[in-house]
This record gives sequence, structure tokens and C-alpha cells, in this order.
Amino acid sequence: MTRHNAWFVGLLAPVMIAVLGLAGSTTVTAADQSSGVAAEVKIDNFSFGPQTVTVPVGATVTWTNRDDIPHTVVSTEGVFKSKVRDTDETFSYTFTKAGTYPYFCSVHPKMTGTIVVK
Amino acid sequence: MAEKNRDLIDQNLQDLNDDGIDRRGFLKCMAWAGTGLVWTMSGGIPVSRAFAKSADRTAGKSADFTFVQISDSHIGFNKPANPDVTATLQTAINKINAMPQPPDFIIHTGDLSQLSKPSEFDTLDQVLKRASAKQIHFVPGEHDMLSDNGEQYFQRYGKGTKGTGWSSFDHKGVHFVGLVNVANLKAGGMGSLGHEQLEWLEDDLKGRSTSTPIVLYAHIPLWTIYPDWGWGTDDSEQALSYVKRFGSVTVLNGHIHQIMQKIEGKVSFHTAMSTAFPQPAPGTAPSAGPMKVPADQLQRVLGITDVNYLVSGRSLAIVDSPLAALEPSQTGGGMAVLESTLR
Repeated sequence: MTRHNAWFVGLLAPVMIAVLGLAGSTTVTAADQSSGVAAEVKIDNFSFGPQTVTVPVGATVTWTNRDDIPHTVVSTEGVFKSKVRDTDETFSYTFTKAGTYPYFCSVHPKMTGTIVVK
Repeated sequence: MAEKNRDLIDQNLQDLNDDGIDRRGFLKCMAWAGTGLVWTMSGGIPVSRAFAKSADRTAGKSADFTFVQISDSHIGFNKPANPDVTATLQTAINKINAMPQPPDFIIHTGDLSQLSKPSEFDTLDQVLKRASAKQIHFVPGEHDMLSDNGEQYFQRYGKGTKGTGWSSFDHKGVHFVGLVNVANLKAGGMGSLGHEQLEWLEDDLKGRSTSTPIVLYAHIPLWTIYPDWGWGTDDSEQALSYVKRFGSVTVLNGHIHQIMQKIEGKVSFHTAMSTAFPQPAPGTAPSAGPMKVPADQLQRVLGITDVNYLVSGRSLAIVDSPLAALEPSQTGGGMAVLESTLR
């Protein structure tokens, strides 16, 4: 059990470091296009962070709600729409076309963000 | 985040008496100044400084009728800020049932539930059933519209309403209008009433005598309190333009889980405490998220609003009661001064 956990943490550590490095805007490059690229957006204190994320075509973006209040992730142009996400719940969407995707929380519309797909 | 702000939001009581609205003069309060309003204590109950004197004069008068506003019960919320919101709602109902003059009805200004779940609405119904006032008027909060475009809410509480749940009714000469400003919200915006509802409101008020007291109620404040947190309604100006000709207008809102008030001419704006958890004063925390206060202080920042109406003076007296009273020595922390003049 303990050994198993240690292995798991070792695998996760680089991912955690990558996530912690995210600032107001970030670009995720395609290290391995075939397996798909993942990017993370944290919902914290009624804001999406990073507010702008740039990813390659085919990338999957995952939003995680860290607030004590439910939020949603809704494309302003109707491209994607999450169900309501309570604390620690996630929503993922895979972007298959290049473009700029503005989105917001339909519960708290002052919360806005953008995914840029190149 | 919320832990950083340990200061209690003071509870308060305000009393717009019989010369508060109808007299030629008017109470003019500086709206929102800094981090809050100063309230004084009178007989163990917090009283707003501006209205304390007038409250004394009305003491002993009984109101022609009374109604109670409750708000933001958030049934289903179970985070540290209040792990038992059902219990605190029950306390609020007990407080209503113990009122010396039973209210004619209750208005719930939204966020009945936390996640719009049928089980949450079921629990709410169970608790509200115990209220002595059998008639309850509802408007939805954004938490009641989280799934199925608010279908659950409408099936249960929207009977006889129009559009996304707006409605009006008359009670003993007062015209009440319940508005919905949590539907179809736009990216980057605040609360929104929308064109269709505004047209309905204009039509609803048309032809009514200017001497009819008007009470507007909606979830999100119909005045701009703090745009950065979305605490306002984008098109409320238009709604308010329709009530300007009336001699007495009272606007009751929830959403911000704390008491705020402003008087502008003949229009009196007021927000109610939540029965579930407090939220920080505007700009005093990184976000508007639930504010955690020590467990023994929670019931001092939750409460109900009791509105008394006197036909003789055609005015409303608004009394905010926390679920548990503050000790006089505990007021004043972190409050800014309310500048007010009585003309």
C-alpha cells in the first residue's frame, strides 16, 4: 500500500510542479501530439486561473472548482457548457479546432476566461 | 480566504418611520462608504444611527400589517461557514413564529437552495411548512437556476408567475412586485432583468396611483453595491425609472448576505442577511465566498427582516433581527461611518 502510494506521488510530482508554475496566462506546447495535451484551469476565489490559456489543437482543458460555491464553465459562443460544478468537481473539454474561445461562469458572469487554440 | 476576514459584519436595525418617506423632506444617506455602516445599539438591538431617534417616536404604535423577508437559505450548503443551514433556517422560522404581531406573509428573496436539487427544495418545504405564516412569495436566486434552466424551481414555486418567475400582488393597499434578475446572465455582466420583464413591469405599474406604496423585491440588489463582485443589476436603472413617480418605494434584496441600505429620494433600498452564512463586506476579501466566523458568533450574522407597514403614515419600518442578539460591547469593529442628514 505504502509503496504503491510512493510510486503514485512520484508520477504526479512533475505534473503538480507544472500546474503550480501557471500564471495569469500560459501556453501549453504539444510535447506529444498523438496522446493529446492536457491543460488545467483552477477556479479559485471566483476567478479562472490562468485567465487565458493557449493550447495546441487536440488539447483537453480541465477546470477544477476550488471554491466553496458552485460554478459553471460556459462558452460565450455556445461551444461548450458544463453542468454545475460544486467544490472539487471538474469539467473537461477537448478543443479540436483552432480559434479563440471566450467563456464565463453563468452563475457569476463577472468570472470570465479565454482558451486560445493554435 | 474567508478566514482572513474575522471581523463580524454588524447586525443592525433600521426603522423608517412615518416621516421617513412621505414627508416633503427626505432622509438622505450617503450610500455605501468604505467598509460598512455604523449602527448603534438600543436596548440590546442594533439600531442605525440615522433612524434611532425616529424609532423612539414610533415605539408603542402597532403596525397595520407586518411581513417578513427571509433570504439566501442555501439549503444543501454544508461547508465550514455553516455545516447546518437547515437548523439556522429553522431558527429563523422559530423567530418568525414568536413575533408578537404575526406576519401576514413571508417573502423569500432567493437562493432557496444551494444546487437546485429536488432534495434541497424538499428540505426547504419541510422547514417552511412550520412557519405560522402560510403564504410565502418567492423569487429565485442564481443557485435555484443551476440545472434544467430552473425547471425544478418553477414547478414548485413559480405557479402563477410570468416569464422566468416574476409576479405582482396587492396587499392591504400596498403593491408588491417580485422581479427575477438571475436568468440569462451575460458574460462580464451583473444581474439582469431583461427587456421582456422591464416591459411587463412598466405595464404592471401603469395606471396605479402615485400614493400607492410600492415594494419591489428581487434576489440580486437592484442598486449597484460592488460591481467587481457583480453586486448589482445591469438594467435596474430602467426598472427604477418606472417607480420614481410613486411616493413610497421600498426595494428588498438578498444575495450579498449582509445588511446594506441606501435611501435615494423616496426610494429606500435594503438588503437582508442570509439564514445560512455571511459574506464579506465589499472589497474586504479576495472574493465574495462564504465567510467563516467562529461557531458561537454565526447566529449573530444570520437573520431575518421584519417589515411593518403603517397605513396612517404610508410608510414601512424595516427591522433586521439577527438569529442571536449581539452584546452592546461587540459592535463597532471595522465599521465605517454612515454620513446621514435628516432634512
